[in-house]
Amino acid sequence: MDRKTILILKREFLQTVRRKSFILMTLAFPMLAFVGLGVYQLVNGTTSGPSEVETISIGYVDQSGDFDRYAEQPGVSLARYGTEDEAKQALLQGKVQDYVVIPADYLSTGTISRYSLKQEMEAPARVTFALRNFLLDNLLDGQTEEMRQRAKNPMTVVSVRLNQAGEVAVNQGGFGAFILPYLFAILLIMSIFSSSGFLLQGLSEEKQNRVIEILLSSVSPRQLLTGKVLGLGAAGLLQILVWLATIAAATPIASAAIARFLGPIEFSFSLFGLGLLYFILGYLFFAMIMAGVGAISSTTQEGQQLSTIFTLLAIVPFWFAPFIIENPSHAITRILTFVPFTAPITVMTRLGLTQVPAWEIVVSALVLFGAFLATLLVASRVLRAFLLMYGKRPDLKQVIKVIRCA
Amino acid sequence: MDMNGRAVEAREISKTFGDRRVVDQLSFEVRRGEIFGLIGPNGAGKTTTIRMMMDIVKPDSGELHVLGRTLDDEIKDAIGYLPEERGLYRKAGVLESAVFLATLKGMDAKQAKGRALDLLKRVNLQAHVAKKVEELSRGMSQILQFVVTVIHRPRLVILDEPFANLDPINTELMKQIIYELKEEGTAIILSTHRMDDVEELCDRVLMINRGQRVLYGSLSEIKSRFPGNSVIVECQGPLSSLSGVVDTRQHGKGIELTLDGKTQPCDILTQLVERHVNVTRFEIGVPSLQEIFVQVVKNGP
Repeated sequence: MDRKTILILKREFLQTVRRKSFILMTLAFPMLAFVGLGVYQLVNGTTSGPSEVETISIGYVDQSGDFDRYAEQPGVSLARYGTEDEAKQALLQGKVQDYVVIPADYLSTGTISRYSLKQEMEAPARVTFALRNFLLDNLLDGQTEEMRQRAKNPMTVVSVRLNQAGEVAVNQGGFGAFILPYLFAILLIMSIFSSSGFLLQGLSEEKQNRVIEILLSSVSPRQLLTGKVLGLGAAGLLQILVWLATIAAATPIASAAIARFLGPIEFSFSLFGLGLLYFILGYLFFAMIMAGVGAISSTTQEGQQLSTIFTLLAIVPFWFAPFIIENPSHAITRILTFVPFTAPITVMTRLGLTQVPAWEIVVSALVLFGAFLATLLVASRVLRAFLLMYGKRPDLKQVIKVIRCA
Repeated sequence: MDMNGRAVEAREISKTFGDRRVVDQLSFEVRRGEIFGLIGPNGAGKTTTIRMMMDIVKPDSGELHVLGRTLDDEIKDAIGYLPEERGLYRKAGVLESAVFLATLKGMDAKQAKGRALDLLKRVNLQAHVAKKVEELSRGMSQILQFVVTVIHRPRLVILDEPFANLDPINTELMKQIIYELKEEGTAIILSTHRMDDVEELCDRVLMINRGQRVLYGSLSEIKSRFPGNSVIVECQGPLSSLSGVVDTRQHGKGIELTLDGKTQPCDILTQLVERHVNVTRFEIGVPSLQEIFVQVVKNGP
């Protein structure tokens, strides 16, 4: 790389990493991640301790005559009253928080009435949970404790993925396995668009304030483009590395915290490597597009408006996220894997959902690289032709002519 | 610079954008140590010609040598360019801008900083070194732009409308520096619409119109091709009803008489002598470059 390209690269990198928006964006994710985990740990710690949970009292009137046992439920104590009037008095005197009436025809209707002094959207989960268990315990009275517990919580599905040899596969999938690649996909596209967005903004600003003519009197369009793309790419890479390091550091904590609900979060270095590969390829591809857009735009605002078209294309996989998550190996999902605009997000999302065949990743990466080379050619031509055209934006016909003829 | 001291040598260069031929078979040369005026009406092809010399735009045909070489990226380091469309990073510092752009021209940062400080002092901007470019007045930014143009001691300097927006003091200061550069052997191309500046500063002039060369040569050569059709007379006595005079107007202390196409200045002098008019000054009117410019654009060379 020649000296002038390095000078441009260095300036772009330093200018970018000193930007407030870049610093904020880079540090926001680690801060949110650790603050979120800290808050989770704190909340989890305070609510799980039994001594901290206050037991609430609920009155009940049993007109069916079947519910006279199991009045002590975790966190809720049920007090029986002979008549509704007694229960109402207890409520008004504050002896109970609310009361329920189990009617004589409960077994056939399944309906009970709840009375409370509070205005609320619906009964609190803790109350309904306790009432449900109280009813179930009484209905299953005579059954073993084990049977009653099973009726309350009939199943926990544990899925095991087998590989082609019929052995337990290394990557077990599930939410824990899905969350990281999906998070990668989101961060990847954020970084790709912030870096290539800086390129677009820089070029259109330089064009708008005419610095471009001064720069081109010292460096060639090729040196300018290479220096800018690499400088901003290095800044984007730094951002991605900070984020990946955060994920690597936070994964064990997050995994311990959510494993009991959703399964362990799996962090692998191959995922890390693929994340970097798709960042680099995706960034180079979008950077060239943004450079072209910057060259034909006469103002920064115009450039940003034009670039929205490409941003929307890139986030197509997010629009179809439910479909991709349900069908990670469907033909449409696979097509999105090979389309340069949608490849980075689709591949990262699929990695957490299914075993993506190696050839698909290789072909997708090669297509993305090929698309970068094609856009590099187009961007250089457009840059040379339109970077010094001020005041008006060339129409599509002119741009196509330049791409064809240059 | 080639052996013959030619800073620029263009032979029949042409450039077409779309269907429009912007520069058409243009030939000229710029010599070392001369101030060369590049003039022409708006849209004549001046900026494209300059951009071709800077290797920003490539000619479609013809030969263009700058400082004795065919154009390449390295040659840019030996050229200083002040474009008509001024441009500096508005958020950057004054010194930072000058140093960064100088390093892009091949200077090392330390050397560039020293030279920038010297030049900023010379143009009375030393008190603004720590400011951001956006804090400078329009005139000051232009002076800074000029500093950036010459900071790397270029051998060819191209100035496009360098005096626009400058007050008379800064205009004089910039002219002084331009003369110094000329003395040092730098070739200077001055593109402007201010014909009085061209007359004052330039040794030779190239005028282009519709991409073609319409005037080329030293100022005296060009003027000799446009003999005056007027005389300036200072005298005591009436100047009315002289035959061959189509117009009269005040010219300093005297009167300028515009002659018809058939009448020669000596015919007027003869008439004055015959009338015994006491003539204290009799001068053949030389058209200004401004008048030649207007005439050439309207009627052709």
